[in-house]
Amino acid sequence: MKFGVVVFPGSNCDQDTVYVLKEILEQEVVTLWHKETDFDENVDVIILPGGFSYGDYLRSGALAKFSPIMNRVIEFANNGGYVFGICNGFQILCESGLLPGALLHNINQKFICKNIYITPDSKTSALTKYLPRNRVLKIPIAHGEGRYYADKDTIAQMRINGQILFRYCDENGVVSESANPNGSVENIAGVCNERHNVFGMMPHPERSSDDELGNTDGRLIFESLLSYLRDLSKKS
Amino acid sequence: MKFLAEINVMPLKALLDPQGKAVNATLHGIGYNEVSNVRIGKHINFEIDAPTRETAIEKVTEICSKVLSNPVMEGFDFKLTEITD
Repeated sequence: MKFGVVVFPGSNCDQDTVYVLKEILEQEVVTLWHKETDFDENVDVIILPGGFSYGDYLRSGALAKFSPIMNRVIEFANNGGYVFGICNGFQILCESGLLPGALLHNINQKFICKNIYITPDSKTSALTKYLPRNRVLKIPIAHGEGRYYADKDTIAQMRINGQILFRYCDENGVVSESANPNGSVENIAGVCNERHNVFGMMPHPERSSDDELGNTDGRLIFESLLSYLRDLSKKS
Repeated sequence: MKFLAEINVMPLKALLDPQGKAVNATLHGIGYNEVSNVRIGKHINFEIDAPTRETAIEKVTEICSKVLSNPVMEGFDFKLTEITD
């Protein structure tokens, strides 16, 4: 598969993402500077990495959504292309309207950087379909603005459409208030759009994909995505 | 014509504003118990050229909805004053 990793001014997880995709998962990767207006037609997945695009000025992701490359990313997504935003990438996708909801300041007003646990909700999405069953994932978070919010009607609709990808939980998989690190509505850690081709999550799978780091749960998410895409290409 | 736009972007009432809550608690802590409902938002100023006041209002509203605020979490209002040198 061919991945395109977008680099905004202030992105800081772009090289980690490239490393995981290229060296660990052995995929083809191109980096795309945000000023570019186009990318190769045969890119299968666009990744918006974590970081602090435009210094988080105004709101996280609010200025990045107007970067020239984003017109092409939005067009790509609208044509069914796969787009995956991690942390700041998730914030940019919400700001762009490609994903529902918004990411607010953490409820405790602190930047939180630690390992947390998540459990998949929707079992059919590209990111969750091939995850091992009945197993929680330990993935690090590192954000100040990760409190997912959408109004009640939107959340209800998302539940029906299987758009809730991950929820924060404890190490036994119990979704509870005490396992919610940032005050996200319904412990939501990751979502997708109605069409199931645009994904966003606050935890960082690329920071938990290398054996050297002592935790490879994040790799399972990338592997699920790859298996899903391979299935698709076999069918077509 | 040139106008000064003075814009307030505020978190929606339905949303918990943890900054406002913390400031509220501190104010109570130092004795200002008469204070309640502290909410914290942003104040943004800019100057804008427009042929008429109506066009300026239209443009500022557009900029506020498209860029300066996110309707999922914020509302806005603004004051427009003509700048005369």
